[in-house]
Amino acid sequence: MKKAQFSNPWLPYALLAPQMLIIAIFFLWPAAEAIRSSFYLEDPFFGNATFVGLQNYTDAFRASDYQRTAWFTALFVTLVSLLSLAIGLMLAVSADRVLRGQSSYKTLLMWVYAIAPPVAGLIGVMLFDQHIGPLVDFFALFGWEMRLGVNYWDTGIAIIIVSTWKQIPYNFIFFLSGLQSIPNSVKEAARIDCRSERRRFWTITFPLLAPTSFFLLILNITYAMFETFGTIDQMVKDQPGNSPVTLVYKVYRDGFRGNDLGGSAAQSVVLMVLVLILTIVQFRLIERRVHYN
Amino acid sequence: MLRTTLFAAAAALAANGAAAQTEITWWHAMGGQLGETVNELANRFNESQSDYRITPVYKGGYEDTLTATIAAFRAGEQPNIVQVFDAGAATIIGAEGAVIPVADLITEAGVDFNAEDYIPGVRFFYADSAGKMVGMPFNSSAPIMYYNTAALEEAGVEAPKTWEEFEAIAPALKEAGYVPLAQSHTPWIFTENFHSRHNIPFATNNNGFDGAQGTQILVNNDAIKTHFTKLKEWLDAGYYGYYGAGWGDNQAPFENGEVAIWLGSSGSFGGLKNSVDFDFSADVLPYWEAINPNPTASFIGGAALFAMSGKSDEENRAAAEFFKFLSSADVQAFWHKETGYVPITTAAYEQVKAEGYYDETPQAEVGITQLNLPTGDYSKGYRLGFYVQIRDVMNREYGRIFAGETDVETAFATIEEEGNRLLERFAQTSN
Repeated sequence: MKKAQFSNPWLPYALLAPQMLIIAIFFLWPAAEAIRSSFYLEDPFFGNATFVGLQNYTDAFRASDYQRTAWFTALFVTLVSLLSLAIGLMLAVSADRVLRGQSSYKTLLMWVYAIAPPVAGLIGVMLFDQHIGPLVDFFALFGWEMRLGVNYWDTGIAIIIVSTWKQIPYNFIFFLSGLQSIPNSVKEAARIDCRSERRRFWTITFPLLAPTSFFLLILNITYAMFETFGTIDQMVKDQPGNSPVTLVYKVYRDGFRGNDLGGSAAQSVVLMVLVLILTIVQFRLIERRVHYN
Repeated sequence: MLRTTLFAAAAALAANGAAAQTEITWWHAMGGQLGETVNELANRFNESQSDYRITPVYKGGYEDTLTATIAAFRAGEQPNIVQVFDAGAATIIGAEGAVIPVADLITEAGVDFNAEDYIPGVRFFYADSAGKMVGMPFNSSAPIMYYNTAALEEAGVEAPKTWEEFEAIAPALKEAGYVPLAQSHTPWIFTENFHSRHNIPFATNNNGFDGAQGTQILVNNDAIKTHFTKLKEWLDAGYYGYYGAGWGDNQAPFENGEVAIWLGSSGSFGGLKNSVDFDFSADVLPYWEAINPNPTASFIGGAALFAMSGKSDEENRAAAEFFKFLSSADVQAFWHKETGYVPITTAAYEQVKAEGYYDETPQAEVGITQLNLPTGDYSKGYRLGFYVQIRDVMNREYGRIFAGETDVETAFATIEEEGNRLLERFAQTSN
């Protein structure tokens, strides 16, 4: 392999510097600040902080709903990621097969992606409204009296549906481009060797999509964990009550609505560690099985 | 580009022309129609004199406004006046030095100020433990009972004065095809004001007014547990409808005629008047005769205006002048009639009464009547820190009671335990 050479030894560092600066300012510094404030209780107006050791952590874990919120978050992240990946892939495969009018299908399917999470939440609120929601009327036909904001699981299901719906187009776009980058020669060869379309998909197409899937899996988990809180806030109408919420929403709620900065920081550090572990696991275990070439 | 420059030049000229004016800003949480009324108030103040100019800025809901204020204060960019709601009172009043008490602000500016001018229930809630007014009550409301007149007539019943009476008429209302009862804010109406109305202590340290250190919540008591046991029974029997923790979800079924009696805010009157097409009336919040045969007043809800510190004398004077303007009888009468929030001074109340407004719309008087009821030691409200989270805990546990996930006993034990932990945490931030 040819070794890349820079004429000036400082040039690579100079080229890296802007990116490093961004990482330092927007990631490392806030993370360090969060860790620091998780050990303090702080008065919101003047920032007079009292060192309290691990109290913020123990208080967070002792709250009776922390465990329930953690379980719901795990379920929520799993379901939203898997469902939106599966549906996105299914739609991409179908759209890839369409020969006429493919671009209009694609545009229609991608449309939803342009919707901001809170707007998606607002649409969800209208669809699932207790009194006038069309989806509530629809489910009532099957004898399911859905009550958003009153019944824990009804609300949970509605939040999962809206969050999944919002993420499908994103997965669709990446899967479609992944599918279209599979060389025709490979597809044709497979067609000669194997008549079963299903089998061709699982043995040829899907493994070739593995890098895309892996990348999307990580992004979907991040989405479900962190980006959905706008949707959730809208769906629970700013009053979570007995409704299921995710850990990030709790961080937001305690920190930004309740002004409990220390408690909120401790919860976000816990999340940071969780995501760190999750990412290591993903790269160690799953990425080994992904073939990029 | 040219247009922008011209515009900027014109703006600069206009600003020069009014160089003597002192500009102040006012952050508030009044959206929609209420926001329009707030803008109208500001316009009237700006037109009433030429020395000061106030600019109202809508900052989102109550919690958003408080959070934005805190962030701005820490950056030294705070507004002159900010609207803070009842549950945030402990946070802002507890941060000594963040605000200038209204009483001081007004006296220092040389503007006449007499605390006695204000209605008693209003005066105490935003005062310090010595009784000095810290916040200027602005949109003050009381939880009251609204009822669909036709629904009650159809069922052949009278509006209940007590919960015992409600229990007696509920079957008839249900029979007539209505959900007899709904309410929009379980912590505010069925918890905080339940304690006020029955004169039951809500927290130690004089309901928290004497300071945050060592304050404990006393919500785990038999009276309120009886009330919630009844509510659950009523819910199961179809006498009470619970539509979640959101305000609007519980108001909607009253507006569309499903619910016969709805407990909401006296400030809901302005909106209801426009949104419903049936006749409705209002009365004071029912009470349990078995718990207290001599019910007391409810405390003041809503929000108050606070003058932030760190501003020039000129600007503080402008804020003081604005508060004076806001307390004047004419302005209060306008605000009261436009929104349904109660007038904060006795003079304004007398004026509106003299105009005969309550003869036409007796519903509008209910809030004031209720606030003017006899007060007790524990009827004037509470001051508790991290109260937004405590309300979250209440809403969660109440939701679980109504969903049958927990029982009343366990729920109140949880509220007490988690409430006290939050209060303890708050006390640690303010020492």
